[in-house]
Parts: sequence; structure tokens; C-alpha cells
Amino acid sequence: MPSVTAETTRLLLPSRIESVEQAAAAAAEIAERSGLGPDAAYGVDMALREAVGNAVVHGNKKDESKEVTVVFTSSPGVLEIEISDQGQGFDPESVPDPTAGENVMKTSGRGIFFMRTFMDEVSWTRTPAGGTKVRLVKHS
Amino acid sequence: MAELNMKERQAGDVTVLDMDGKITIGDGSVALRSAIKRLLEEGKKKVLLNLAGVGYIDSSGIGELVSSYTSINNAGGQLKLLRLTQKLQDLLTITKLLTVFDVYDSEADALTSYK
Repeated sequence: MPSVTAETTRLLLPSRIESVEQAAAAAAEIAERSGLGPDAAYGVDMALREAVGNAVVHGNKKDESKEVTVVFTSSPGVLEIEISDQGQGFDPESVPDPTAGENVMKTSGRGIFFMRTFMDEVSWTRTPAGGTKVRLVKHS
Repeated sequence: MAELNMKERQAGDVTVLDMDGKITIGDGSVALRSAIKRLLEEGKKKVLLNLAGVGYIDSSGIGELVSSYTSINNAGGQLKLLRLTQKLQDLLTITKLLTVFDVYDSEADALTSYK
């Protein structure tokens, strides 16, 4: 199994939907180098796509003058990803549980649920500029 | 290359969409939405989505499946799902949507169920 010492990769992405695919492609390569198995890599892919999609759509509101920053820090068996936007920030606790009966048939609102489902650790903080930073951690 | 390719065929009064690719935020979700809108405009209200070739779906895609189901239901039709991958079945299970959708492994069984 491939292993590496700690490695950091930083992506600066424009606020458009195509950035989701770009981030996911980078994540796939880094996950493999980190020695994550297929299930863990799938979880990272699911969660990262949701986080970058949220940053582009809800954070930066597709304003292409704003960027989404993705920082991958990998070490053997652990991958940590921070996704930051330049939006107005938000409270993840304000998002209702999408599995509650009244929300099951809603057409949106499952992204954070997927992040929490597929990652070992998920947390949100405000950036110094007031945007949102999501931290995702996956162990192999 | 499009994220999601669809082939449409008619089995009696049921329209089958054989889907191949990803249903994700952006092109994939838009393609599904456009296809369902067009089918409803054409009066095709019995729709079977063959998802065997859909290897990846995100929350946007799940939302689009829900939206498709609701649109077709509201028009008096029926949307059913065929041949889910294990990953999609797992996603529908954790989102509590597996019991909402009528899901089949056999196309013959699915087609019979519309009668």
C-alpha cells in the first residue's frame, strides 16, 4: 500500500459548479496516496463534493470574483480537508434534519447530512473575513 | 462529455429512461430535470428510471429524484426506479427515501406494476 509523509495541497477554485469536479479529482489522487481504501475514498469524495458545492452555491453564491480554497493535508492513513468560501457564513445547526418526516421529500438540504455520514469528523468555523470554513477528516 | 447520458424507449405506455453516468450538481441534475419536464409536456406520465448505469449520485441528484417523483405524481403519473446500484440503494436508505420510491430489480416486474 502506498504511503507518504505529511503532504499539503492547496487549490484555489473559481466559484462555479465545475470546481466541484476539479476538487474531487484532486481528492481522489490524494486519497490514494494517503492509503485510504475504496470505501473511505468514496466517503471523502461524497463529502468533499457536498462541501465544495455548498461553498460555490450557498457561500459564494456563484460570484466568480470570489474563490473557494481547498487545503488537503494528508499523512499515512489520515486525510484532512479544509474548504473555505468568501461568503457571509452560516450556522450548520440551522439546517433541519433531512431525515425528519416533514423533510424527507424536500429537494435540498442533504449536503451537510452526507458530510456527517461519510466523514469521521466534520466541523465548521468562520474565516477571519466572515466566510465559512468546513473541516473534514477521514481515517483509513 | 455529458455527465449523464439517457436513452429513452417505450414499453407499452411506460417510458423507460436508461441512464448512464452521474446525477450530480450541475449538468447531471439539469439533464434529468429537463428530461422529466419534456416527458410530462408530451403527456408521458408513466416513467421508469433505469439507474443501473448511474455509478454516482450526490445530494443534488437525490433532490432531483425527489423533484421528479413529485412532479410526475402531481401530474397524476407514476415514477418508479429500476436496478439501483448498491451505493444508490444505501443513499436512499439513509435518507429514508427507499420506502418512498417504488424500486424494482426486474424490468418485467416494474412494467407489470404500472397496470
